[in-house]
Amino acid sequence: MLGPGVLDGNAIGGMLMSLFGADMTAATGVCGSCGTVAQVAEFAVYQSELGTVVRCRTCEAVLMVFVEVRGVTCVDLQGLARLG
Amino acid sequence: MAGTAVRGRLTWQTATVASVLDETPSVRTVLLEVPEWPGHRAGQHLDVRLTAEDGYQAERSYSIASAPGEPVAITVERLEDGEVSPYLTQELRAGDQIEVRGPIGGYFVWEAATGGPLLLAAGGSGVVPLRAILRYRVMVGSPVPVRLLYSSRSWADVIYQDELSRPSPGVSVIHTLTRSHPDGWTGYTRRVDAAMLAQVAFRASAGPLAYVCGPTNFVEAVAAGLVGLGYPAGRVRTERFGASGQ
Repeated sequence: MLGPGVLDGNAIGGMLMSLFGADMTAATGVCGSCGTVAQVAEFAVYQSELGTVVRCRTCEAVLMVFVEVRGVTCVDLQGLARLG
Repeated sequence: MAGTAVRGRLTWQTATVASVLDETPSVRTVLLEVPEWPGHRAGQHLDVRLTAEDGYQAERSYSIASAPGEPVAITVERLEDGEVSPYLTQELRAGDQIEVRGPIGGYFVWEAATGGPLLLAAGGSGVVPLRAILRYRVMVGSPVPVRLLYSSRSWADVIYQDELSRPSPGVSVIHTLTRSHPDGWTGYTRRVDAAMLAQVAFRASAGPLAYVCGPTNFVEAVAAGLVGLGYPAGRVRTERFGASGQ
């Protein structure tokens, strides 16, 4: 069970919008591990000083990772089978 | 790992504080003048960025408390160990400037065309975006029935007390006070649970749309409860604020 401090995709709406140029919270993602289909706003979001990790709410597999390195945001979406 | 930083149209801009209003001992509404504000939809939020003298920056997201067309306002709850909220609720004055970016969000948004009936569930400061929805509903004259289930620690912690005490036609506000309640209180006095939802929520057969906002634990419990009552998961929209800090 995900803990009380866990957020959801709404919390990274601003970051996603500045990265992708559009609102992504309503976009649909498909988990590459279990196939769960959900809107980005419904994903489990973990934020720390090191970066942001986004997990599938069903199987907890990592879907997206965001890390800022010297002013550049590095984005890893390999955990997603589809995003759009 | 792919490295991309694609620039969108969402940029930081400087907002000036027009006025501040204390809603409760720990909650303050800040009205902002944002020169390049493009307008917003009910339920959206904005990000605030503070920069310290040493260059340290902190960003936080706050739901927009005002309806589309009204001056931009955010309502901030002061968290005891917060980095940003103590400044926004205690230090900030009219004339001060902060950086904001927004509006943000296309999921936790309600427009009249979306319909209802609407079941709004608020835990603490989760009431903020729901109040924007209520104001917008009045503004556009929507006849959609609304029930707002609002959980607070005590009556003193209820935000927008006056406004919610005079709900517009078609709107019912049901409070639950979880830690203490006034003498003579006849309302709910416990955390939201399945039994309370069964009494308060619209029947699933009415095709309601639910918006649930507040601390993560609250949102999880209410969303699960509504699905248990037969609400399709796709008809329950959620916005989690994290640990309540209390």
